[in-house]
Amino acid sequence: MKAVCWMGTKQVEVRDVPNPEILNPRDAIVRVTSTAICGSDLHLYDGFIPTMQRGDVLGHEFMGEVVEVGRDVQHLRPGDRVVVPFPIACGRCNMCERELYSLCENSNPNAWMAEKLWGYSPCGIFGYSHLLGGYAGGQAEYARVPFADVGPVKVPDGLSDEQVLFLSDILPTGYMAAENCGIVPGDTVAVWGCGPVGLLAIAAAQLLGAERVVAIDRFPERLRLAGLKLGAETVDYTEDDVLEALKDLTGGRGPDACIDAVGMEAHAHHSLAYAYDRVKQAMALESDRPIALREAIQACRSGGTVSVAGVYGGVIDKFPVGTVMNRSLTIKTGQTHVQRYLRPLLQRIEKGEIDPSFIVTHRMKLEEAPLAYAMFRRKQDGCIKVVLRP
Amino acid sequence: MAEAQATGQQRLATGLGWFSVGLGLAEVASPGAVARFVGLRDSGGTRTVMRTFGAREIANGMALLASRPDPGWMWARVAGDVIDLSALGAAVGREDADRRRLAIGMASVAGVMLADLVCARQLGRTNGTATAARQDRAIRVAKTFTINRPPDEVYAYWRNLDHLPRFMRHLQSVRETGARRSHWVARGPAGMMFEWDAEITEDLPNQRIAWRSLPGADVDHRGDVRFDPAPGGRGTELRVHLEYHPPGGRTAARLARLFGREPGQQVEDDLRRLKQLLEAGEIARASEEVRA
Repeated sequence: MKAVCWMGTKQVEVRDVPNPEILNPRDAIVRVTSTAICGSDLHLYDGFIPTMQRGDVLGHEFMGEVVEVGRDVQHLRPGDRVVVPFPIACGRCNMCERELYSLCENSNPNAWMAEKLWGYSPCGIFGYSHLLGGYAGGQAEYARVPFADVGPVKVPDGLSDEQVLFLSDILPTGYMAAENCGIVPGDTVAVWGCGPVGLLAIAAAQLLGAERVVAIDRFPERLRLAGLKLGAETVDYTEDDVLEALKDLTGGRGPDACIDAVGMEAHAHHSLAYAYDRVKQAMALESDRPIALREAIQACRSGGTVSVAGVYGGVIDKFPVGTVMNRSLTIKTGQTHVQRYLRPLLQRIEKGEIDPSFIVTHRMKLEEAPLAYAMFRRKQDGCIKVVLRP
Repeated sequence: MAEAQATGQQRLATGLGWFSVGLGLAEVASPGAVARFVGLRDSGGTRTVMRTFGAREIANGMALLASRPDPGWMWARVAGDVIDLSALGAAVGREDADRRRLAIGMASVAGVMLADLVCARQLGRTNGTATAARQDRAIRVAKTFTINRPPDEVYAYWRNLDHLPRFMRHLQSVRETGARRSHWVARGPAGMMFEWDAEITEDLPNQRIAWRSLPGADVDHRGDVRFDPAPGGRGTELRVHLEYHPPGGRTAARLARLFGREPGQQVEDDLRRLKQLLEAGEIARASEEVRA
């Protein structure tokens, strides 16, 4: 079958690879009908996530049709149309029982690697390095899905692929980021980064009752979506000082909650901090550039919440812990517990309360993946979200 | 009889120790001459390698001379022989090599390696019966995992010894030979097979199982596993203790660690697989062949 393979930093190729087979009794094989490139795939593309190996199949946002199930799969059968969540979770360990699915204790075959780096291991993730299991990803014609009776959600035929595909990751991720803000009436939420996760976090914050949402980015096409499509107030950080702008917008209080939808490869405009972090990261003295995170902490009102949806991998420098402590900030974060949100969010899509397909700017063939990655990486042609069809 | 045998091995170990020191001194003092002697081209690079090998020989030889005969240091010599052989083997393919001399050199190393192997194995056996020395070299491993199943279920799974090879990857088979006795077959490094008989020394249903290997075991060990209820209905806190005496002693265990076969890691991997089997019903694995 054809699959998008990581062949080194900034190198992806579409290659012929062996078809996946059922290996365990709770597996299913899915014929992929739509798959998307995630902003976090760019961290792999740029070589910032360790333990990628040449030839690894990429992709953790995918959906399709079940073609085969293992003998212990109860709830799915061939022909079912499903969306597959990116965290692989057994559904039976202590973490899964608490609905902390992205912390599943049984799905990472390389847990020892993650334990060396992070103390304990999170769940395995499709197409996201050997540290997180070495599972072949879903940017391919077929994918093997472990624990198929826990993860995949069946979707009705009346909804298009693009309406439901983002249940796999970014819609629940944006939603959990907003939920972690603990929004109450009157709250202002500021969102750093208006990529797909940031845009869906804005939409979710509005659904959860935020009075105002402020969107921060530098790309006009993204700010346009946030402002015109979603009705958020926008700040272009290449034009305005973000802290001053946020003070100004909130009568000097600061936002009640701040969402970091940027993560480890943050950018900053003409800033000494950016140069500092860029150099340290290049020299491997820190693994992540926490520029958006620092600013979100600094900007948040006293006693407020900083919700981190952006991906971080390792260690950072100059973390403003004094701000967090002295101003009683709460930091909430985590890989999304997607399984927890699938059914409620599918219902909201069915009721028309949210339609995440507005973020799609490019529809391409799986074979065009190398071009799609390069374009998405450079934000060319107004690229916000690419959907690939095998 | 056993004592006479032990003195014989001590003498062999001491001899090999002096041989190491002598060869090492020659390699460090006149690396060019030694290189030419074994058929290598005498260049700056060869001399550096030769001096490094010499330093290794001296260190290994002194360790053998300084300690009571330790099979670990004999196994280190075996490892050194393997390095020497592969270095000489790699040189055979080179244009400027004196193949006749290289062949003689390799044959000599192979001969010495045979002596090293015999000595290491014999030392390992006699040490297995010398209680005082044995205590010193014991490797102790303690690992704990919480399994989200009740203690009676985890105990019952473990007590059925047939189940053990399902999550203890190095085990080939466990066969119950009596009410408390069983026969174990395991795979070791480099395809070596180990066998032993074991007996259960304590069996407290749903609480604890203790066992030990019987005399004559390839891997002399004892261990116990406890099944304590975890607080708040979180399942079972499984605690495993192992104490054993691998062939080759601690040094061999350290060498093994370099190749990812550290005993603590192996026990941890085994228990993680048990947790996966009992909770998820299967052992997590990626499709390793689905890749370019």
